[in-house]
Amino acid sequence: MYDKEKGLFDAFVAKKLSRRELLKTTGKMGLSASTAGMLLTQAQTRAMAADFDWMKHKGKSLKLLLNKHPYADAMIANIQTFKDMTGMEISWDIFPEDVYFDKVTAALSSGSSEYDAFMTGAYMTWTYGPAGWIDDLNDFIKDPAQTNPNYNWDDVLPGLRASTSWNGVPGGELGSSDAKQWCIPWGYELNNISYNKTMFDKVGVQPPNNLGEMVEISAKLTKDLGGPYGIGVRGSRSWATIHPGFLSGYANFGEKDFNVADGKLKAAMNTAGSKSFHKDWVKMIQDSGPKNWSTYTWYQVGTDLGAGASAMIFDADILGYFMNGGDNKEAGHLGYAPFAANPAASAPTPNVWIWSLAMNAAGSQKDATWYFLQWATSVEHDLFGARKMDFVNPVRASVWKDEEFRNRIDKSYPGYLHQHDVSAPGAKIYFTAQPLFFDLTTLWAETLQKMVANEVPVDEGLDAMATEIDNKLVEAGLG
Amino acid sequence: MTAAAHTHQPVKQSRFMRRALPYILSLPALLMCIGILIPFFTAVYYSLLRYRMNLPAMKGFIWFDNYLNFFTDPKFWNTVYISLVYAALTVGLELALGLGIALLLQRPSRFNNVVSILLLLPLMTAPALAALMWKLMTHPDFGILSYLLTLVGITDFKWASDPKTALLTVLLVDMWVYTPFIMILLLAGLRSLPKAPFEAAALDGVPRSFVFFRITLPMLMPYIITATLFRLLDSIQQFDIIYAMTQGGPGDKLLVFQVQAYLDFFQSTNVGRSAALMIILWAITYALSNVFIKQWLKLRERAHGAA
Repeated sequence: MYDKEKGLFDAFVAKKLSRRELLKTTGKMGLSASTAGMLLTQAQTRAMAADFDWMKHKGKSLKLLLNKHPYADAMIANIQTFKDMTGMEISWDIFPEDVYFDKVTAALSSGSSEYDAFMTGAYMTWTYGPAGWIDDLNDFIKDPAQTNPNYNWDDVLPGLRASTSWNGVPGGELGSSDAKQWCIPWGYELNNISYNKTMFDKVGVQPPNNLGEMVEISAKLTKDLGGPYGIGVRGSRSWATIHPGFLSGYANFGEKDFNVADGKLKAAMNTAGSKSFHKDWVKMIQDSGPKNWSTYTWYQVGTDLGAGASAMIFDADILGYFMNGGDNKEAGHLGYAPFAANPAASAPTPNVWIWSLAMNAAGSQKDATWYFLQWATSVEHDLFGARKMDFVNPVRASVWKDEEFRNRIDKSYPGYLHQHDVSAPGAKIYFTAQPLFFDLTTLWAETLQKMVANEVPVDEGLDAMATEIDNKLVEAGLG
Repeated sequence: MTAAAHTHQPVKQSRFMRRALPYILSLPALLMCIGILIPFFTAVYYSLLRYRMNLPAMKGFIWFDNYLNFFTDPKFWNTVYISLVYAALTVGLELALGLGIALLLQRPSRFNNVVSILLLLPLMTAPALAALMWKLMTHPDFGILSYLLTLVGITDFKWASDPKTALLTVLLVDMWVYTPFIMILLLAGLRSLPKAPFEAAALDGVPRSFVFFRITLPMLMPYIITATLFRLLDSIQQFDIIYAMTQGGPGDKLLVFQVQAYLDFFQSTNVGRSAALMIILWAITYALSNVFIKQWLKLRERAHGAA
């Protein structure tokens, strides 16, 4: 009896059986959903293990450093599959995001080999890579002896593959032919509009189509709703204020952070186009943003939308996803819309945040660590997370085509797939890769705070900031 | 009997042990000293380097350039200014408030004892948690303090998110947490003062203000100086309240030493600049401590001389 069930699921994984046929047969066999799920996972594990010696590092133990996040939760929920397939043991330390990156910096800078792999963002690798704290994973990806033939690296969305690779040259193009793959994309978020449909209907407005409309509609929502504010965007004194909606809109106008010439960087934030964009952005926050905007991180932006304190956010799409479920007050009332800030632009250009996995250069079991990394970023695990857990947004093109995943998202989060599909082709990192990223982007956020507080006019503030940034670049030998 | 006689025999120590004993006894203190001095001198060494962890090729010995660069850096002077203003205001206000409360609770009674214990509760709260609590209480939409302000006609008060009121907001949090520390120290001082001068003044019908300024305050001065020293050293090194509330913003309004040094190290991995900032903070702290300790010693000498 068991062999028959095993054969059924093996045939499905080998694509010899359609999903409809599988469901019909399991129904006839009287299998419960949980048993069917378990058998499917086992069949996928057997399929993965068929052409590759996953047991090569049997008996070894790895330790991970993780951020408390739904992506980590999905991995932990599926970790037994990896253990069964490889015979390896895995342990981890998990920290909240507030302190996570300090912990990573402390662990890596000390040269500690305690952690073999860790979660990171792509921007962080612009520090970790040049410092020699992480390894170039191309050495593993391109080695057929180390990487299972079904890994299908090219299946990872091209914008994300490029955004996580850099040649280490300040201003060097991301994803260039000489770039090092500092980390493997795991899950990602792009920046678009998530909005409260009930509030929009009440006021009688539609999601904005460009920045001008966003400024107007946000002001109307603030005025007419008589309580909730119109638009939620981040504002804390941190680089994280610049990278989501702000840079996505900024890049849509063709504006850049730096000009690169002869290997030297020069600030480009004080062009006429940049000043015009900043003026609109500042006005939008002053008229329709949260009252204590300068303390807003992703957390406040998201929870305000979920609690009905704001009518719309221009931030990570997954914030809108998570706020539309659970016990949030506005769960079920949220909609999603792609957003191109520039009326002349043909498509959105969302800047992205990519949660990725990287390998500690001081680790002592790199081959075994790569086995974990390739499993955790495999099609199979990505699919498991996307179908069964909240592993949004998956990074693999094949997962985005998966019927079960799409049906689930479309049913529970109407409009989400559309905003993603329209925006994904233009989704990538729009910052210039350079080692002073955190200093200079935090300075940008600081200047934005001063402009919103009317401490400095936009033109004057941007000119002063550009001068200060150029001085810092020269001081660091980059300008 | 034999056993008792044996225990009373003097223990014979070897010559070596006699000589080594003082060193052995001071060994824990020596180890402690080494534990403090190694990180200190490591920081001094790093402060003399151009050392950004993400630009390893640029690492090199630059002597005092990190310090010299500060002189022409307006951001550094802003840090010095805001750190000193923050320290002076917190200590001054907490001292005034702590002294006032201590005077009110001076007379030992069951009620006063209970109140003094209750007033100590904020001191038992971790400052970072207190800051998060205040962040909620000052939220413009649902914070209780924002609501109370609307009752007296003040609307749209932005607390820590407005550059004009950010300092005031973090001062309030600091005062809420640390005033009880000063209060309890001064209360202990007030209750231990000799009664005779006060009884004599009462018999002579001396006005209360005269008693306070000419008897209470001078006699309480060692306690005031001790409390001021502790609080000054602590508040010039403030980190958790400010970082939890504003991360040093809005703009650069609250970029005190510790917040700036933390960001330089953990965010920018600029070890050299961060270490130099911390050494300057140490120098300021050291100088302030010296001033206060000298004052305290003078007062002690005067008290001994009077005795």
